[in-house]
Amino acid sequence: MTDYLEFTFLIFAGALSAGLLGSLSGLGGGVIIVPLLTLVFKVDIHYAIGASLIAVIATSTGAASAFVKEGYSNIRIAMFLEMATTLGAIVGAFVAKDLSPGTIAIIFGCMLIYSSFASLTEPKFPADFKVSKLAARLKMNGNYPSPDGPRPYKVYNIFGGFSLMTVAGILSGLLGIGSGAVKVLAMDKVMKIPFKVSTATSNFMIGVTAAASAGIYLHRGYIDPAISMSVMLGALAGSIIGARYMVRVRVKSLRYIFAVVIFALAAEMIYNGVTHKFG
Amino acid sequence: MSEKKWLKWGDPDMELLISRIMRYGIVLASTIVIIGCVTFLIKYGSTQPQYSKFVGQPEQFTNVSGIISSLNSMNGRGLIEFGLLVLIAIPVLRVAFSIVSFMVEKDRTYVLITCIVFALLLFSLFGQQ
Repeated sequence: MTDYLEFTFLIFAGALSAGLLGSLSGLGGGVIIVPLLTLVFKVDIHYAIGASLIAVIATSTGAASAFVKEGYSNIRIAMFLEMATTLGAIVGAFVAKDLSPGTIAIIFGCMLIYSSFASLTEPKFPADFKVSKLAARLKMNGNYPSPDGPRPYKVYNIFGGFSLMTVAGILSGLLGIGSGAVKVLAMDKVMKIPFKVSTATSNFMIGVTAAASAGIYLHRGYIDPAISMSVMLGALAGSIIGARYMVRVRVKSLRYIFAVVIFALAAEMIYNGVTHKFG
Repeated sequence: MSEKKWLKWGDPDMELLISRIMRYGIVLASTIVIIGCVTFLIKYGSTQPQYSKFVGQPEQFTNVSGIISSLNSMNGRGLIEFGLLVLIAIPVLRVAFSIVSFMVEKDRTYVLITCIVFALLLFSLFGQQ
């Protein structure tokens, strides 16, 4: 049997690798932390999700402060869509209480499979270039820096994006992940916001969305100090190292390896969920 | 800083200030968590953890006022939970600053939108005691 000292150290090391993998693959640490804690360390899924939310807030806040400086994130788009994601996150956190650990594991596995495909393929959406009067009224159209000076962009299909963001919020509150993949999908593909603006804005939104469910998780006693501390510090260290030294090694073959790893984790989550291994 | 300068602030400067606050917030939260972690491990480092079954946290650590009042006893668990609370507060503060920023710009629509987001966050943190 391991004692707290060893347990803390092992989880720290695991979260550090998850943070590294998350920033390397662009998927975020959250999708790896829950499978890591439940499958490898046999931690109850509620504790795992609580700790993962903490890691998501830490890493996205760290990254967001860098993005804001570069001027890509659009605070109006972020605030407008956060109405959807925070409400969704609160709903998701409430729903999580009534679902069995097995059911949550199965939903988590499906989300992992989606993320691993999304990281490899470009999802296609029918081009809907109806000019949105609402976007103009809400002053969402903006500029982003480019080598040739500020470049203007327009926002389309606000209602589609808003609905998809509600789904992203629910998933975040239910599974303790940032749902960055769904957020970027909503902004980049549905609302036709330029990719760099989408990713920067999404990163800013992830922390706020996770905070909306973290409060509820705290009240339920899902946020365990011993697990959360190692996960928070590990994931933060991992993402800082990843962002600082390895941004340039986003090789395609690496992404395939991650996709396979995540797919395997998904299969195991679903298998354990179906066979009631999580209780 | 002078009152005049504050009123002149547009989006970019406000954003820069916010990004700095976020960075300090992360450092502060991590420091508190690390101190709590050391305190906790000195006391419980050699005991065995039991996490395969969900039991939840002591009542005291499930609400904001309980966590803050636990700081009096300099208990490791309480310190860690307080550090985590500081971390959760960063995005909430971020939203609060945005309300001020939109007020300065006299953008009523966005003051309202941001207030809705802020209210949802406060509900999550304080709404169920």
